[in-house]
Amino acid sequence: MKRARHRTATPVPPAAAPPAGEQVAPARRRPIGLNALTALALGVGGYALGHWVGSRIAIGMDSQTATDQDDIAIFMGFVFAVAGWLLGLGFLSYPLSRMAGRPPALREKEDEGPGRYFRLCTDHKVIGMQYFVTVLFFFLIAGLNGMFIRAELLTPNESLWNAGQYLSLVGLHGTMMLIMMSAAVLGPFGNYFVPIMIGARRMAFPRLEALSFWLVPPAGLILLSAVAFGGFPTGWTGYAPLANEARGGMDAYIFAFALIGISMTIVGVNMLATVLTMRAPGLTWDRMPIFVWGVLCTSVLMVLAAPVLFSTLAMATLDRTVDTSFFLASAGGSPFLFDNLWWFFGHPEVYILALPGFGIVLEILPVFSRKPLWGYRLAVAGMVGVTLLSFMVWQHHLFVSGMNSDLRPFYMLTTELISIPTGFIFLNGMGTLWRGRIRFTVPMLFSLAFFSNFLIGGLSGFFLSDVPSDVTTHGSYFVMAHFHYTILGGLVFAFFAGIYYWLPKMTGLSFNERLAKLHFWGMFVFFNLTFAPLFAAGLLGMPRRVSTYAPRLQGLNDFVSISAFLLGLSMLVFVVNLVYSMVIARVPAESNPWHSRGLEFQVPTPVPVKNFEQTPLIQSGPYDYGVPDAPPVAALSPPARVAPAAGGG
Amino acid sequence: MTADGLVPGQPAEPLHARRLVVIWAVLTVVAVPVVVLLLGPHLPPGNLSDEARDQRHVNIVLAALATPVLVGVWVYFVYTLAAFRQRGAALEDGPPLRGHTGTQVTWVVATGAIVIALAGWGTYELLGPAKGAGGGQGPDPLAVPKDAKSALQVQVIGQQWSWTFRYPGYGAFETPQLAIPAGRVVELHVTSLDVNHSFWAYELGVKADAIAGTDNVAFVRARHAGSFEIRCAELCGLWHGHMRTTGVVLSQPAFAAWVRGQEAANAAATKVLPPYSSHYFPKPLRRAG
Repeated sequence: MKRARHRTATPVPPAAAPPAGEQVAPARRRPIGLNALTALALGVGGYALGHWVGSRIAIGMDSQTATDQDDIAIFMGFVFAVAGWLLGLGFLSYPLSRMAGRPPALREKEDEGPGRYFRLCTDHKVIGMQYFVTVLFFFLIAGLNGMFIRAELLTPNESLWNAGQYLSLVGLHGTMMLIMMSAAVLGPFGNYFVPIMIGARRMAFPRLEALSFWLVPPAGLILLSAVAFGGFPTGWTGYAPLANEARGGMDAYIFAFALIGISMTIVGVNMLATVLTMRAPGLTWDRMPIFVWGVLCTSVLMVLAAPVLFSTLAMATLDRTVDTSFFLASAGGSPFLFDNLWWFFGHPEVYILALPGFGIVLEILPVFSRKPLWGYRLAVAGMVGVTLLSFMVWQHHLFVSGMNSDLRPFYMLTTELISIPTGFIFLNGMGTLWRGRIRFTVPMLFSLAFFSNFLIGGLSGFFLSDVPSDVTTHGSYFVMAHFHYTILGGLVFAFFAGIYYWLPKMTGLSFNERLAKLHFWGMFVFFNLTFAPLFAAGLLGMPRRVSTYAPRLQGLNDFVSISAFLLGLSMLVFVVNLVYSMVIARVPAESNPWHSRGLEFQVPTPVPVKNFEQTPLIQSGPYDYGVPDAPPVAALSPPARVAPAAGGG
Repeated sequence: MTADGLVPGQPAEPLHARRLVVIWAVLTVVAVPVVVLLLGPHLPPGNLSDEARDQRHVNIVLAALATPVLVGVWVYFVYTLAAFRQRGAALEDGPPLRGHTGTQVTWVVATGAIVIALAGWGTYELLGPAKGAGGGQGPDPLAVPKDAKSALQVQVIGQQWSWTFRYPGYGAFETPQLAIPAGRVVELHVTSLDVNHSFWAYELGVKADAIAGTDNVAFVRARHAGSFEIRCAELCGLWHGHMRTTGVVLSQPAFAAWVRGQEAANAAATKVLPPYSSHYFPKPLRRAG
């Protein structure tokens, strides 16, 4: 009676909740619980079953059975695997209970002990930690792929990998980074801190929140399984018709990316509903932390863009399995259709990566400048402006593709216009530093580096947005350096700023500062030494995604590869620091180590299960540093029944 | 531009903004000529064609504009981080400055003006003097060079994993070598037999995606004899990185001789080729697995 055991969990008073990560014996034994292990077993079993079902379906379809890799069987395998995985976690317990006429069990939140990190748990703080560990794990794998790519490029000819392996590494690196980095900020920090920052006790849809997380590990594992099917040759963009002729690894790519599309849509809906409806009384729009604005704008992008991704991949799936021809010119379809659908998702995706980074750095700068955020409304306008414009620029990826050439001036204009709201973010950052009391803590260093990196990324974008210049730079290493400057230099630096800023609050343990500074300087210096020369490589005629290049470029490439290895080493410093600080040294962190005014730092560490004993009453903005007589950001135990209605604005 | 009076300066430290502007102005005056005069002539893609020259011109202008912005923001950060760092361990708050309307308006107007001017100038360059600057313009090109009517037609066919070229003006022979005459406009019709490729003639400053079922037109006018590298710039599968060859620009008499030789050498093969068309579908696309 698996179900009965699962339901026996009794509510535990919040005060008894153990600190995150601390070794506490679980209150009850669950010999056959619904947890990640059960889920994995059912997932693997589900794949076998689905593969068998799919191969029965494919009987009689020559396009499937004539090849040694049957796409229908692989897709059905993945579908059943995910169903088994969710069943194993207990996501189906609720509908199944209802169908069996039993009262449903919804006790996941009161779960406790370290085991809850491996089970379906609807506590947003647990989900934040689950996201953090998962995203970091896959981020490091994707980074390792980057090292393998650079190792190949030490020589101008194929050396370490053969052509197919090299392309698979390129595709895995890009796709893994894209799908994990889309969740890198909203997953850990959005889930953990948005409810606390807005004075709520939970997210609007806790079970959807759990679902959005539990789709991420199967997506990552299925993407990795592409290696077992011979990899995939398309890079992260998955362009048809190349994708149509690729082998089974392509199915893994399509399915994993589509799962992330679902997860992103859910995250977006959930965040939107939470921020729009669950703000504490007094939290007006102009008192909302700028990070929450960043999350809100990102959520809008996710809700609007991720379904396009899913539909595109569904069409690609139909092309591969039942011989439709959406993207095949020889059968009446159009490769342009894929290009346009892809970038209609793909360009907002770029801002799905960038906006949370804007939010984090603007959240951190005031704390360590001890000043209010300079030009708060302009920052909000910048984020909203980026959100709106990001849907109007996608054809700049297709300037030389043979698209209607009348459209090129329009997309040149919109692309350049988007630098205006992005410039607002720079002005906010610069104004916040002005006459501040700047403290160079590690989160601050990462935030400052963000501006330097993103500046270079943005200015190189001017070359790419101008059609004559783009003719040479398109599809070259110039583009590759450009988006690494904006995504790695922007988002990932902001991600690490967030880690050093918030993880002590999440775990109650502080980082070793010496190692953290070593990590920062290594990462900052070698990031620039790796990617700045790649602008030159692109301008000198090196296309992306090649394992062979002109011998005259070998010196440049060797320099880049060595810098990249040292950049990888700086990540190792981070991992060492993480393990040392969080597992070995375990120096407790103060409840508010940065003397921040943010509401998330006013609650005790570890954060109680319900976050707040009562709904807090927000009294002032989160950045009122230096404001004489500024009240605390919130009254955590306001007298009953004086709270005004939730902020308008 | 970046540093100008973010706050009405308080009497204690009135000079920061002025100092910043002076540092920025001095560095800009030094850096922009360096970029334009020293770096500019070496910017790609070179001088082999009108289109390459136009691209270089655009690159120099953009670099000259980007330099003051880069210098300005960097100077601002270095200066403020040095001048306003917290000395000592005491935790004290800065002045509660929330913004400055004049600065914000100036910033919005300045960035807006730069951006609109850039887009306007870019459109003028693209459609006016640069005439598309070598980019693929699709079947109905908008920016057409002056002598396009007498242009040499060359079809560029991408397939996994090689380039071939058809010359419809000379009996539509097909050859794996690309030769074009100097001083004459060449109208390239880029298409593909299978997946997406991108025809990139680096020194010529030409890039046009090769997409099945599409006639992607790009113009180029080579200025003098020379050779250029051809690569595929769109991931097209296993041997994408090997899809490269070298093309040549010949003087007009040399080109005429080359064309006659090719025509004769390929005569037998030309008979069995499909008739010249803007695109071909030689085989249904099947799974490679």
